[in-house]
Amino acid sequence: MTRSLQLTADGQLKHLLTLDGLSPAILTRILDTAESFIDVGEREVKKVPLLRGKAIFNLFFEPSTRTRTTFEIAAKRLSADVVNLNIAASAQSKGETVLDTVSNLTAMHADMFIVRHAQSGAAHFIAQHVEPHISVVNAGDGRHAHPTQGLLDMFTIRRYKGAFHNLRVAIVGDVLHSRVARSQIHALTTLGVPEVRVIAPRTLLPTGVEQMGVHVFHDMQAGLKDVDVIIMLRLQNERMKGARLPSAQEYFKQYGLTPEKLALAKPDAIVMHPGPMNRGVEIDSEVADGPQSVILPQVTYGIAVRMAVMSLLMGPAQ
Amino acid sequence: MKLHIKGGHLIDPMNGIDQPLDVFVAAGKIAAIGQMPDGFHPNKTIDATGCIVCPGLVDLSVRLREPGFEYKATLESEMLAAAAGGVTSLACPPDTDPPLDEPGLVEMLKFRARNLPGPRVYPIGALTQKMKGEALTEMAELTEAGCVAFTQADTPITDTQVLLRALDYATTFNLPVWLRPQDFYLARGGVAHDGPVASRLGLPGIPAVAETVALSTILLLARQTGARIHLARLSTRESVAMVRAAKLQGVNVTCDVSANHLHLSEIDLTSFNSNLYFMPPVRSLRDRDGLAEALKDGSIDAVCSDHAPVDDNEKQLPFGEASPGASGVELLLPLTLKWAEEHGVPLIDAIDRITWKPAQILGVPGGQLGAGSCADICVFDPRTRFTVSPKTLKSQGKNTPFLGIELPGVVKATVIDGHVDYESN
Repeated sequence: MTRSLQLTADGQLKHLLTLDGLSPAILTRILDTAESFIDVGEREVKKVPLLRGKAIFNLFFEPSTRTRTTFEIAAKRLSADVVNLNIAASAQSKGETVLDTVSNLTAMHADMFIVRHAQSGAAHFIAQHVEPHISVVNAGDGRHAHPTQGLLDMFTIRRYKGAFHNLRVAIVGDVLHSRVARSQIHALTTLGVPEVRVIAPRTLLPTGVEQMGVHVFHDMQAGLKDVDVIIMLRLQNERMKGARLPSAQEYFKQYGLTPEKLALAKPDAIVMHPGPMNRGVEIDSEVADGPQSVILPQVTYGIAVRMAVMSLLMGPAQ
Repeated sequence: MKLHIKGGHLIDPMNGIDQPLDVFVAAGKIAAIGQMPDGFHPNKTIDATGCIVCPGLVDLSVRLREPGFEYKATLESEMLAAAAGGVTSLACPPDTDPPLDEPGLVEMLKFRARNLPGPRVYPIGALTQKMKGEALTEMAELTEAGCVAFTQADTPITDTQVLLRALDYATTFNLPVWLRPQDFYLARGGVAHDGPVASRLGLPGIPAVAETVALSTILLLARQTGARIHLARLSTRESVAMVRAAKLQGVNVTCDVSANHLHLSEIDLTSFNSNLYFMPPVRSLRDRDGLAEALKDGSIDAVCSDHAPVDDNEKQLPFGEASPGASGVELLLPLTLKWAEEHGVPLIDAIDRITWKPAQILGVPGGQLGAGSCADICVFDPRTRFTVSPKTLKSQGKNTPFLGIELPGVVKATVIDGHVDYESN
């Protein structure tokens, strides 16, 4: 169902809702396309005319600055018209339903919706109800998926490590609440990474996470041993309130990435973080700003990857 | 009104009848079975050739949505739907607005229902005022007004001392208490079974222990108080094992399962279809199969529809924002027949679980067709299949996960108190 919803009958991407179930060929095609957009950002005139005349709506039912901005930049570099709607502050508070909002925007001749919503499955829901010519890109739905973040992380790993088939990757932190982690796990296992580890206390791991194809570690020292890639996840303060963790201090001591712990990984290991970072909670500043950190390049690559996704989704119609 | 139901195959589990027999009805009672009594001149004859004739269905959980939620459904629409589903008696939980916690509200509901065609309506009263789990309702008064049992519906009592006292008080008057076991805290925030599917979909989970922890409390309190407890809508295999053990120890409990949980599991959630959002959630395949087996071996006493019509505005939403529940009173018979087909259950046993057994739990007439008993009868064609669609559903709620699914069993006629309240054309 999920698969058929985001693919056309001939196997092309129609919507991007989750990386779960996408083929290695599709993921690789997106990464390759992104590669071709990297230099656009480095030119003096940072625009290509691929999506000229297309109307892209950023539908953010949940606040976000960075993801929304990178989608906006990506769309503008493709010469599309972009409208930002901060729905959290407008229609929904007036009692308009998601479907009403979507049909109103459809009447404004939208071609694509970039959707962020606090509920898992919200992007699926919208994709099930839009007119057939509209594509939906999930920019984060609840704890479920954040596929463009997952893709830009894969893009970053491929840039620094060249390939996936010989890597050991560790994802550290609040996997339970993380849509980013879920998308990363699907992408890593699909692209052939032989060993994906998750490192966290039991209170921050989803039930049956092993069934997603990962190895579980509770001891960070053991989990980081000989890994090629370390992905740190953001820890939100409310986790302390819900009795999942006693304190930020204890968390940092057990699961924060320090230079000492980083030394357990391979010497050329890279450190990633989807942002925004909590320095001193999940990551030490010395590591975040250190030579092994690729956190800022991730942000840059995010634009190329989002350009790739948008152009591929709207490409076949042209 | 004299009625002759002719040429059908009579199945009456309580009386052990499973053979071709005509049924004769006069003055709201079963006048005779088999041979037409001397001087019997029917005003109406129902041709039941090729059909099963059985006691009318007794559904232990049907939300009529009155008072308070008439936009979701009305008494008229849902009683018609129930009659169309072959249901002749139904229990309605008190989760209305206001909840059924005062005699006046119960009397009004009974009065409204009495003046409409359709099944006998048995209100289940609120166990605590406003269903807040704090102060007891006037259970004796509510019983006089027409309540047949008391429950918290889907709002568990968090204060165990209140629960104990509620059971003790109800037992003083020998009143049954219906509880759906769910630990409030363990279930808090969850919308789907806590397992690999919810983990993958990022849906907050309700663990199986949310049910079994509460169930163990209830069973221990049941043993101490001797209360007559009915456990509503069990959802896990482990719960069934616990109830089975308690029954063996002589604890006074019965239990039911919803027809949805006999057929659905977490696997069905992958499309985020909000029609699969249930309380309790549909669980693992192992749980589903455990429930189906327990219904077969009698550890689970009865099946109910857990009918919950929801309007589009509350269902056409992202999964976790939607209202839980499905419209189901018209599917109780077909889904029970499907379960029987799939598990090799004889028709007489399947019909027992939706007629005689639930009538015993409710403690009301009906559920059997012995001479002299009330003439609540369902006539259905067990072989014809139909595809569930919004058009086939008479309920105001078109929300069901079975849309597009082909099910066996089409009701031909429903007789309630000797009147033909529904007849298919």
